[in-house]
Amino acid sequence: MSLRSPPLADVHAEAGAHFTDFGGWEMPVEFDSIRTEHAAVREQAGKFDVSHMGEVVVSGPDATRLTQRLATNDVTDLDPGEAHYSAITREDGVMLDDTVIYCLPEGADGDYLFIPNAGHDEQMADRWRDHAAEWDLDVTVDNRTTEYGLIALQGPDAPDLLADETDIDLRDMGRFEIADGEVAGVDALVATTGYTGEAGYEILCPWDAVETVWSALDCAPCGLGARDTLRLEMGFLLSGQDFDPEEEPRNPYEAGIGFVVDLDTEFVGRDALEGVDVEGVDEKLVGLSLIDRGVPRQGYEVTTPDGDHLGSITSGTMSPTLGDPIALAYIPTDYTEPGTKLRVVVRGEPKKARTRTTPFLDR
Amino acid sequence: MSFDVPEDLRYLDSHEWVRQADETVTVGISDFAQDELGDVVFVELPDEGETLAVGDDFGVVESIKAVSDIYAPVSGTVTAVNDDLRDRPELVNEDPYGDGWLLELELADVSELDALLSPDEYRDQIE
Repeated sequence: MSLRSPPLADVHAEAGAHFTDFGGWEMPVEFDSIRTEHAAVREQAGKFDVSHMGEVVVSGPDATRLTQRLATNDVTDLDPGEAHYSAITREDGVMLDDTVIYCLPEGADGDYLFIPNAGHDEQMADRWRDHAAEWDLDVTVDNRTTEYGLIALQGPDAPDLLADETDIDLRDMGRFEIADGEVAGVDALVATTGYTGEAGYEILCPWDAVETVWSALDCAPCGLGARDTLRLEMGFLLSGQDFDPEEEPRNPYEAGIGFVVDLDTEFVGRDALEGVDVEGVDEKLVGLSLIDRGVPRQGYEVTTPDGDHLGSITSGTMSPTLGDPIALAYIPTDYTEPGTKLRVVVRGEPKKARTRTTPFLDR
Repeated sequence: MSFDVPEDLRYLDSHEWVRQADETVTVGISDFAQDELGDVVFVELPDEGETLAVGDDFGVVESIKAVSDIYAPVSGTVTAVNDDLRDRPELVNEDPYGDGWLLELELADVSELDALLSPDEYRDQIE
């Protein structure tokens, strides 16, 4: 299978980016250095090409009913221009994907937009279509992943930077909202969402106009490396790593995002999740920091101080902001109390660690 | 992009460099290697007095995104390790051929140096 390239691949190569395969896409992982890109976003602003993320648009008389029955959060809470975080679960409550669902502003081309993770767009569009047919619902499901480019502009300076380039009044926008207008003269949807914990925007624009928007945003280009360290400092989940229907089957309660599950709605997986809600989970995703020197990484074993197996790391890094080694791991709930002493086995050596609450960074 | 490959050093195709001074050598990783790894955040080195055989993986250099083993270019006894890297691992990025050195070895067999790459040979490897 050949890798898909983002619309800006040549621009990134010209800027000296290193590339990596992510979800079947060849994406920039690092431009200058992960550390400087990370700091730019925490202290000023940075821009990310995240055109590998999916875009699926759902329209028609039954768009609300269908989406309500396939996502865990209550879609009827959303007015046009509003968005929320949600999970997509299968019958047994295991997460297939996590996504932001946008109720598109009046006059936009479509009713709902959701953003499947990289490489999941076709699977999710098919899921919506198949269930629409099964339940005889009147909707149109449009996979626009290669029609839209997506740029994330994140950091404390993002509002001022974008205000110079758009006719949208950004001051009117709260978190998790979406508006349409122009950015750098290009038709765009601007959402106040992101994956870094900072103020910022995600900007959707036509695939062939991405370069115009990208070039107009005067800040550091950032790669997926910094995107990963930024999200991990906030304890945000990474699909395919912190949950995955095959490799790491987890329900939203185990993954620590029970707040996106509304059991008062009817959706695929609801009954299984009600059972989990009543009985509680056996294992939970928890934050860890290493006390000993070392870097925790995906797959490393977590044990008790006596060496008994508890679980393994799903994501880990050296936090650029804190200078501490941090990680996420699923472990039995008996050990998740913040401050519990554990061990992380790094190349055969048990390193002292303790559990802690996420986000790792106050924001 | 072009990388610094000093003329007075010898190299391994696994991207370590060696600087000889009589019976001892200093070992580090190349400019190319530090760029490939990106921001170095942790370096694990052997203790002084340990003996290494040529080809042994004697430690690791970890960046934010990757872990890389480092290999002994020659056999010998560790006579010094760069303790500054404990608090400032970023020296490996900032000055890979200077303050970012990893360790010093007392050579067991000087002839092992002949097997290492010349600067030209190493340049061919990374281009």
